[in-house]
Amino acid sequence: MWNLRDKYAIAGIGQTEYSRASGRTVLDLASEACLKAAQDAGVALADIDGIISFNFNDSVPAIAVASSLGIPHAMHAVDYAAGGNGANLIVLAATAAIEAGLAKNVLVYRAMNGRSGFRLGGGRDMNARGVTQYTAPFGWITYPQAMAMWCRRHMIKYGTTQDQLAEVAITFRENAGLNEAAMLRAPITRDDYFNSRMIVDPFRVLDICLESDGACAVLVTDSARARDLRQKPVYITGGAYGGGLHQGDDLFDALRWPDHTRNYAASIADDLWKSAGLRPSDVDVAEIYDCFTYSIIMQLEGFGFCAEGEGGPFVKDGHIKRTSSLPTNTHGGLLSEAYIHGFNHVLEAVRQLRHTAGARQVPDAEVALTTAGAMTCGSAMLLRN
Amino acid sequence: MTPYNKPVPVEDPDSAPFWAGCREQKLLVQHCLECRTPRYPARPYCHQCQSTHYEWRASSGRGSVYSWIVVHHPVPKEIYAGDVPYVVALIDLEEGVRMASNIIGCDPDAISGGMPVEVQFEQVTTAVTLPQFRPSTAA
Repeated sequence: MWNLRDKYAIAGIGQTEYSRASGRTVLDLASEACLKAAQDAGVALADIDGIISFNFNDSVPAIAVASSLGIPHAMHAVDYAAGGNGANLIVLAATAAIEAGLAKNVLVYRAMNGRSGFRLGGGRDMNARGVTQYTAPFGWITYPQAMAMWCRRHMIKYGTTQDQLAEVAITFRENAGLNEAAMLRAPITRDDYFNSRMIVDPFRVLDICLESDGACAVLVTDSARARDLRQKPVYITGGAYGGGLHQGDDLFDALRWPDHTRNYAASIADDLWKSAGLRPSDVDVAEIYDCFTYSIIMQLEGFGFCAEGEGGPFVKDGHIKRTSSLPTNTHGGLLSEAYIHGFNHVLEAVRQLRHTAGARQVPDAEVALTTAGAMTCGSAMLLRN
Repeated sequence: MTPYNKPVPVEDPDSAPFWAGCREQKLLVQHCLECRTPRYPARPYCHQCQSTHYEWRASSGRGSVYSWIVVHHPVPKEIYAGDVPYVVALIDLEEGVRMASNIIGCDPDAISGGMPVEVQFEQVTTAVTLPQFRPSTAA
């Protein structure tokens, strides 16, 4: 179990514009976000000695960012082979690196031209190798198709409905309306949801996240040092990463996963809460990985905000609204702000805990949850101010 | 006849017997010789007891629908545009393993969780036969 409660903090954040066509290289985007995070913290580039990212799909290596910005002592420059599971994993990896003496000030980033460049699931090989030979020949290929299979199982077992999924999409779009950085801000109605195109039943267009160009970065350092820097520190108070038996051979594969109504959240929840000494009722604001509307429901159940099978009614009853008991994805999430592979959730949690989230600020927020992942493995953090 | 342009399985040392079985219209399931645990997809090690000794046994070909999706938006478009809507399902075989496949010969709206299905082999190229499933004809 991760056991560095409050020992390290996020001292700086930086992001680029989010768009469908950046017209810039991924290296340019990553460099901008990282430079801004260092400047936000007030840490000189000469003092940066670690850079960590994750690289599923489109990315640039950590050493490229170090070279781009002329960081002289990037001793711990590491790329994790991770995807939707990775956003919190790499922040926790930064705390582990500092604890081990590998670095003192670590930039952690995610950068991608996820729309104009390499679209997730693009560039497909018609030769289905490895575990893909058991899925792709049946026309089971894309991530929406993968997650829709999980969702249907929840519908079979618990009677979860598309009307409940609609509530997730509508709620996050409402939040995005208060976020100038969000890619989609116009409010949507239940009719808009049901009139949107069916992509893979049970998912419509509005169940599926955006594809985006952009980058996000944070600076992680020792908490004592963070207190001397420019911004009010946001402490990393809890963290967990992992999954259960049969996580599969890649991020798509869940053929041997025993129960498609429970994802990684149920596997790591105990470690997460214990690492922080907190419980679900302590969370003031939650930034939950929403590659699809449905992934919210499984995570609400898995992390213990409601009972198994109750995720649908929980969202339909309005509990995840910004003004309700569990304000969720206050920035609009991956569904409406941008898809920076979940790393934008970490930045929103920091803004909420700094109380700089403007019109969408959750009053007096003290504890935030951020999660990353939707299927068999994932990561989560509890942050506090 | 247009050439088959959909993804095809690339056999490897673990999977070759499974696909060879399909070509002979047999659905073979790998069983551990030590602890009898069945497994799918084909794997060198038993996940229960780590034994590498196994045998291939013919499945009854009968199972039930664990979950399913109906693909409406074709990806890649040029390859699946003529097939949508089509059904992909997870099938729990009687032998105790779960496999991904298609459900054919059935209105997608008529599918339900737990519905009994049975295998039907579809030869798509000279080298590849895919196991698909149709609603069970047994009473």
